[in-house]
This record gives sequence, C-alpha cells and structure tokens, in this order.
Amino acid sequence: MNLHEYQARQLLAQNGVAVPPFEVCDTPERAKVLAEQFLERGAKLIVVKSQIHAGGRGKGVFKSGFQGGVKLCRTADDVFEKAKAMLGNVLVTKQTGPDGRLVRKLLISVAPEIKKELYLAVLLDRSIARPVLMASTEGGVDIEEVAAKTPEKIVKEPIDPAFGLLPYQARKVAAGLGLKGDLINQAAKLFVGVYKTWWECDASLVEINPLCIIALEDGKESLQAVDAKFSLDDNGLFRHPNLQAMRDLGEEAPLEIEASKFNLNYIKLDGSIACLVNGAGLAMATMDIIQHFGGSPANFLDVGGGASQEQVAAAFKIILQDANVKAILVNIFGGIMDCNVIASGVVAAVKETGLKLPLVVRLEGNNVEAGRLTLAQSGLTIISGGSMADAAEKVVRAVQS
Amino acid sequence: MSILVTPQTRVLVQGITGSFGGRHTQLSLAYGTQIVAGVTPGKGGQSFEGKVPIFDTVGQAIRETGATASAIFVPPPFAADAILEGVDAGLDLVVCITEGIPINDMIKVKRAMEGKRTRLIGPNCPGIVTPGEGEHSQGGCRIGISPGYIHKKGHIGVLSRSGTLTYEAVWQLTCRGVGQSTCVGIGGDPVNGTSHLDVVKLFNEDPDTHGIILIGEIGGSAEEEAADWIRQHGCKPVAGFIAGATAPPGRRMGHAGAIISGGKGTAAAKIAAFRAAGIGIASTPSDMAETLLKMM
Repeated sequence: MNLHEYQARQLLAQNGVAVPPFEVCDTPERAKVLAEQFLERGAKLIVVKSQIHAGGRGKGVFKSGFQGGVKLCRTADDVFEKAKAMLGNVLVTKQTGPDGRLVRKLLISVAPEIKKELYLAVLLDRSIARPVLMASTEGGVDIEEVAAKTPEKIVKEPIDPAFGLLPYQARKVAAGLGLKGDLINQAAKLFVGVYKTWWECDASLVEINPLCIIALEDGKESLQAVDAKFSLDDNGLFRHPNLQAMRDLGEEAPLEIEASKFNLNYIKLDGSIACLVNGAGLAMATMDIIQHFGGSPANFLDVGGGASQEQVAAAFKIILQDANVKAILVNIFGGIMDCNVIASGVVAAVKETGLKLPLVVRLEGNNVEAGRLTLAQSGLTIISGGSMADAAEKVVRAVQS
Repeated sequence: MSILVTPQTRVLVQGITGSFGGRHTQLSLAYGTQIVAGVTPGKGGQSFEGKVPIFDTVGQAIRETGATASAIFVPPPFAADAILEGVDAGLDLVVCITEGIPINDMIKVKRAMEGKRTRLIGPNCPGIVTPGEGEHSQGGCRIGISPGYIHKKGHIGVLSRSGTLTYEAVWQLTCRGVGQSTCVGIGGDPVNGTSHLDVVKLFNEDPDTHGIILIGEIGGSAEEEAADWIRQHGCKPVAGFIAGATAPPGRRMGHAGAIISGGKGTAAAKIAAFRAAGIGIASTPSDMAETLLKMM
C-alpha cells in the first residue's frame, strides 16, 4: 500500500522529522484560507501540490491542458486560482500512464528557501536481510540515475534491527554528505526519526527526495524533508489500524479492489490474453509463455492454492471487465486441489457470464481425468490444452485468427 | 541419499490443530512421513486423530519424541515467534509454510538466528519433499503442502521459490520417468531463511543428486548470487528458468518478494547471470525437465 505525501509528512512529523509547515484541503476556498494564514505568519512563498500516488507531478499535465501538478505562489489569490485548476481534474505524469489520476486533495505548504537538495531513504537490503539508510548529495533527481552514473555519491549504512539506527551511524552518514556544524546534529536527529518511522509503520520504503538545507530568516541553516514517498508492507498492515485508515481506494485500480474482495491476486496489464492461474510463480510463468508464443498477457491472476468454485466465477467476471481481452487461458496445476472442482467452476462461470471469447483450459494434477471429462461434457466450446506450451500456443493462435 | 530430510526424519508440526495444518498433517501421514508430534499451546496432552501426541511447547515435543524438524502452519501474526521457539529448542530444521508474515518480523528472526544451528526454510513456501520408494513415491518425507504423488524417487534436485511452478517441474521429470532426490521450495518472501545458493551447495555436495533444476523469479539478487557461485566453483548440470519476464516494474506479482524495484531484480539480469554460469536456460516453463535432461 502507498501513502500520499501529506500522510507521509504527518507520520514523519510525529517522529520528530522536520517538515515545512503544511495543511491539506479539497476546495480552492480552503486552499486560499490556508495560504492567507501561512502568509500572515511570515511565509514568502506557498507551494500547491496535487496529491496522487505517482511521481513526476511537477512536470505533469492536466487533461484540461493546465501545466504542472505542483505550483509556487506568492499570493493567496494565486493559490486559489492554481487550486481551482488542479482540484477535480485529471493529472497525467510519466508515472500515471495515459489515463492519469484524478486530483481530489491538495497539500498547501510553506515553500522554504532551498540552499541545497539531498536524498535520503530507508529500505530493506535483501542481500543482508537488514534495513539500510541510504543518502546522497544528489537530491531532487532520480536516485536510480545517480546509482548508475555516480555510485560514489551514494552513502549506505546498514542497520542492526536489534539496536535500530544508532546516533553515531546517523552522524557518520551526515558527515558523508559533507554536512558541517549544527547541521550534523540536526541531520542525526532527523535520520533517526526517519528510521523510527520506517520501522514502526512496517514500511517497505520511506524516501525523502529532496531533503533540503534551507535558509532561515536569521541567516542560519536548517534541514527539512520537503517531499516524501512512503510504501507500506501489506503483510504488516494488520497491526496498524491507523495506517489502514489512510488507504485511498481512489488511487487503486477498481478491478484490483474487486479482486481483493475475493482473495484473488489480480494485476491488470495491457495485453489481450487474460490468464487465470493457481500460484504466483506459475501465474508469472504463464504470462511469460504467452509472450514467448507471440501473444501478450492482459493480466496477472493468482487464484491461490485452494480456489473455490465461487472464486473461479469471480475471477472470470473480473477478467471479462477488461475490454482489451480477446481470449482466456486457464492454467491450473491442481496438486492438492481437485481439478474437477476447478473444471466445474469454469463451466459454471462460462454459462453464467455467457462467454463468447475463445477459452483454453489446461488442467493437470489431482483428479484431472474427471476434470477434463466435466469440460468435455459441458457442451461448451472449450479448447483443451495439454502441456503449458500447447495451451499457450492454442490461445495465442485463437487471438490471431 | 537426499538433502535436508530423509524418510527417517522425525517431524513435529507447529499449528497441528488448525484446519490448514491438520489437513496437511493427514496428507503427510498418508505419504508415510514420520510425523511424531504436534505443538499447540494449551492443547498439550491431547492427540491428533489418535495418532500424534500434542504438546504445549516445542521443547517438550523434542524431549518426548526425538523430533529434529518442524513444519510451521501458524497464522502470520504468530509465525515469527513459532520459528524462534523452534530455533531456541535446538531443532535442526524449521520449515515455515505460513504466507503473509510481516517483513520486519522476518528481519528480526534472521538477526536472532545468527550463530544458531537451526536451518530455516521459508517462510511462504511449499516445503520439502524427499520422495520414498513406494507407489507414487510413498514412504518419503513430506514437510509442507506439496502433492506427494507427483514425485518419484531418483537423482534430480529441484529448487524454487514458488509452489505450483515446482510441481510443474517435478511433474515434467516424473512423466519422463526421471526421479528426484529432494525438492525444496524456499519461499516467495524478500527475507527468507535459506537462499538459492545454500540449496545449490547442498545439492552439489549430495552424491545422490546428479543434476539440478533451479527455478527463480524476479526480485532481489539471490538467483544471481547462486549463478555467480556456480560460475566460479563449477557444479553438477543445472537447468534454470526465471519467471516474470513480462512483469511490469514496481508491481508485486503475488509473492511479496517478486518485484522489480529501482531497475533491480529483472528477469533479463537473472537470465544473463544464469547464462554466464553455464546454466541451461529453459526458454519456456514447459521445457524445464527437457533442458536438464539434454545436459546430462
């Protein structure tokens, strides 16, 4: 599960991480009021940020033609105008795909005077099974590019989960970023707060890009987390009711939400051959073999190890809602699960949905003979696949013919 | 021989009284596995279907029955604790089937297991099968949820993250009359107990294993590490398949660990590492057995 920037800022602030003063709103009128309050308290510049679960907002374009999902403003009236142009409109960025995302909420924040942009993240290093604090002097840009071109500009500190991020480790990273004077201790406190947020929320990624050195009015410097990206480990969500409440269904694909209600793991893709498979590994491999024979998969769909007739029926309804689908491949290796149960589920689903598209079914495993018989005697035109390869070739041919 | 478990291995089941654990205990008993104890806190003194004594703690179960391995079917919030109980009690092997354990729990488990003698397989895995001599490979050791009957006793080691993809490979072998020494599912989570490389080394040292099918998937770099070791040290014939060549970056494909992030963990990179190590690449998942048999 992903969070919005404003939610990430709230969680970070609760753990003592310095962030610019901000509020959230969903009307241009409220945006104006918030801007007036910040300006009265001495802010010179206000930033209006579209809240969607995708990066590249600043360079994004609204379907209305309005340029930019992040805008700097000097007056409350300007904030009102920009908010009006963003709210209720669809923003397309390089990460949203052509459909874009509807902007329902805006973050209104003081825009500090930035002297330097840094990068900071906490994530799991799978190779050592430990969290790692990752920082770079190259902030505000794509960290993957930095890693590819100038890996020496990335500082990494592995963290012992028994102790957490220790202050000396945080200072070491701060010094590695070239920070001096009071900023060293400020950074150490901030890094420890970011790690604490990561650990206590069961996050899989907390990324602050940019982490900024900002100029204060008295001429001193300070550190603030100016943007934040936050992904949570879905497996850990059961112990965080507060984070569950932050889920924004408006940011998730409707078919994927529908699938999760039936305990189906569905991910929509761009191709034309839908697949329905048991097991994640076999589901990925089925997508691959469709492509190998010249087709393109319309989805990933794992019905799990113990799929019921109801789940199979629900799965059919979900994949049929994808207008791109031209054919369906069912690939089941019924180790323990009874192939005849799956076959009956397929037959029931085909009858219920009045399926007109070509359907290839490949069954293998427990009670497979009874399952194949059920399909053959159903009176439906179901193409039977022998091996995975045979089934994939047949479904690809069905789409091409 | 075999790796990790033999038909003589004495196995206890943590979570034996749950529906999932109970069902698979029945199947393992029917397969001929030495399931000697169950553990469910608070149900000590009872018995599972009149056949298997139940204990309150893993320590008690070991003392009374001599179990050396465990299968864990405990729900996700309690699974990490169950693993550590098995480690503390000094088991040789803990196989955790549970799917959905928080990653941070597994980070803590890995830290707590440093320097301990116990080997952990999983979590989120189908488990281990060492096929037996009987009809449909009965009389073997089945820990976990794999279908026993698809196996056949023989000399190929099978290693994968995924359940059904392992069954696919095993079935391809069995249908060609080729048996398996041991089949190991190491699980689809980003933090797990035993890596591809650990199992490759065990298979390479096992005189009864003559060839290996190594199945990987997108995410992380465990497949590359195994391939690098094979390239440097040489190994018995290995055929490989990587699932997820068509998976979009940034999306978790069912398994918590199956995600391409930051351009890392792609199928292309893993296949290149396999190729550099002389691992035979199955061009489709239908060709896994055939690819290995051609190399032998």
